Amino acid sequence: MSQKQEEENPAEETGEEKQDTQEKEGMLPERAEEAKLKAKYPSLGQKPGGSDFLMKRLQKGQKYFDSGDYNMAKAKMKNKQLPSAGPDKNLVTGDHIPTPQDLPQRKSSLVTSKLVG
Amino acid sequence: MVVEVSILDFIHYVIAGAGGGNDIQWCFSQVKGAVDDDVAEADIISTVEFNHSGELLATGDKGGRVVIFQQEQENKIQSHSRGEYNVYSTFQSHEPEFDYLKSLEIEEKINKIRWLPQKNAAQFLLSTNDKTIKLWKISERDKRPEGYNLKEEDGRYRDPTTVTTLRVPVFRPMDLMVEASPRRIFANAHTYHINSISINSDYETYLSADDLRINLWHLEITDRSFNIVDIKPANMEELTEVITAAEFHPNSCNTFVYSSSKGTIRLCDMRASALCDRHSKLFEEPEDPSNRSFFSEIISSISDVKFSHSGRYMMTRDYLSVKIWDLNMENRPVETYQVHEYLRSKLCSLYENDCIFDKFECCWNGSDSVVMTGSYNNFFRMFDRNTKRDITLEASRENNKPRTVLKPRKVCASGKRKKDEISVDSLDFNKKILHTAWHPKENIIAVATTNNLYIFQDKVN
Repeated sequence: MSQKQEEENPAEETGEEKQDTQEKEGMLPERAEEAKLKAKYPSLGQKPGGSDFLMKRLQKGQKYFDSGDYNMAKAKMKNKQLPSAGPDKNLVTGDHIPTPQDLPQRKSSLVTSKLVG
Repeated sequence: MVVEVSILDFIHYVIAGAGGGNDIQWCFSQVKGAVDDDVAEADIISTVEFNHSGELLATGDKGGRVVIFQQEQENKIQSHSRGEYNVYSTFQSHEPEFDYLKSLEIEEKINKIRWLPQKNAAQFLLSTNDKTIKLWKISERDKRPEGYNLKEEDGRYRDPTTVTTLRVPVFRPMDLMVEASPRRIFANAHTYHINSISINSDYETYLSADDLRINLWHLEITDRSFNIVDIKPANMEELTEVITAAEFHPNSCNTFVYSSSKGTIRLCDMRASALCDRHSKLFEEPEDPSNRSFFSEIISSISDVKFSHSGRYMMTRDYLSVKIWDLNMENRPVETYQVHEYLRSKLCSLYENDCIFDKFECCWNGSDSVVMTGSYNNFFRMFDRNTKRDITLEASRENNKPRTVLKPRKVCASGKRKKDEISVDSLDFNKKILHTAWHPKENIIAVATTNNLYIFQDKVN
């Protein structure tokens, strides 16, 4: 199968790419995408395949809940609202104390699969 | 007209005619699953696998259920199509668990199913979720004993004093009942999430692989497992790669391979040492450092590795391509097929919506001449290794009447979109085909969309 030359979209080129004299077939789109990503998220780390990303993968499924912490926090807060989980309910770190509402409900799947008839 | 061809061209022509992927006309056969668009999470199909004869087709889903389909015997009168696959058995393989000690929720999703070769009347398969592997026995019961002396037919016990004559219970036919029972539970051997299981060609042992370790089990022994690969660094801060897939060689019971998130494959020989941390072979394609980008490592991560039936080759799937490796050559693949190269200019948004981490699988046909893998928009791709032709097909309920030949699809990467082409921006990235399977002997394929199972077969005249 022949490699099609990617049609270069001039609007995606940044100043960086114009100075890139080594034009490799199919590479400029990837670099342009990288520039886009860095523009959106300037704090994105240099090593995407490194520790942070892999650690997150290894920790999938970790849901910390300590009833002692939870009740202590509730007692302290009293009338104030407990800090909510925020948009990413799966990432539980630092001071955030998960509440029973944050943890996804354990689903029961004792229903027959829809693939059956 | 006389055309001059070389002997080689002629041979290629003959081989291509005898089952090349693109000389096959694929037809819709069946579709299983709900029609509605609202997909319950439990119904998401997570694995598809034919057994060794191809008579049985198993699926696993996110709800921990296994459904097994059986091909009905060919109707000799209706020779225009092969037997249909109908439900044979279904059971709840795994249930959700919570590990209180580690505050870990253990999903019931079935990650992999692997069939054992058939040894007797019953069928056996291994199914695994993130933490526990189970050996299931699926057996048929088509007769039952009747005529007990001390029991009524409904099971109630008879008063022994009312028994005046004796009779010998006999077996009488009954409606076929297919029973699934868990025969072995292989638990507590994995700290990380199991991504692969593979049965050894000795049919006695199997391996299970998680992100950092691979264990060897004996099918009869559940309380012990040998660790054969351990890539966990002493200091987790130094973690740079994880194991993504592993498989035993189809013929050499001492050989297995495992792939990594960095795009490498290691072949290990269990005869070399008890702990196979030092590979016998390392397969890696050299990368031009000037080509490196933020995405390079992520898209090079291998999501699946499969040996060819012959055992001479292995196939790997990374985000954008399928590569065929000759086990005798470590420094580069012998064949590379682009699955959806047009996505290279969409990597930014694919990273943002997490699609760049999708784990596509791949499979060989029975003769190792064609390979298949899935893509987005419910498209799937086949590459014929002999003719070097490829085809894109769609798993969709539209225009799918039995025995209608599927129309090839084409994605327009850029520029003017031709009629019948789909532009990259119109692709539905929520419709992903991650799991496909090819019948071991026939041209019958099973393709899983999010919650539906499609069966296609080649046109039989």
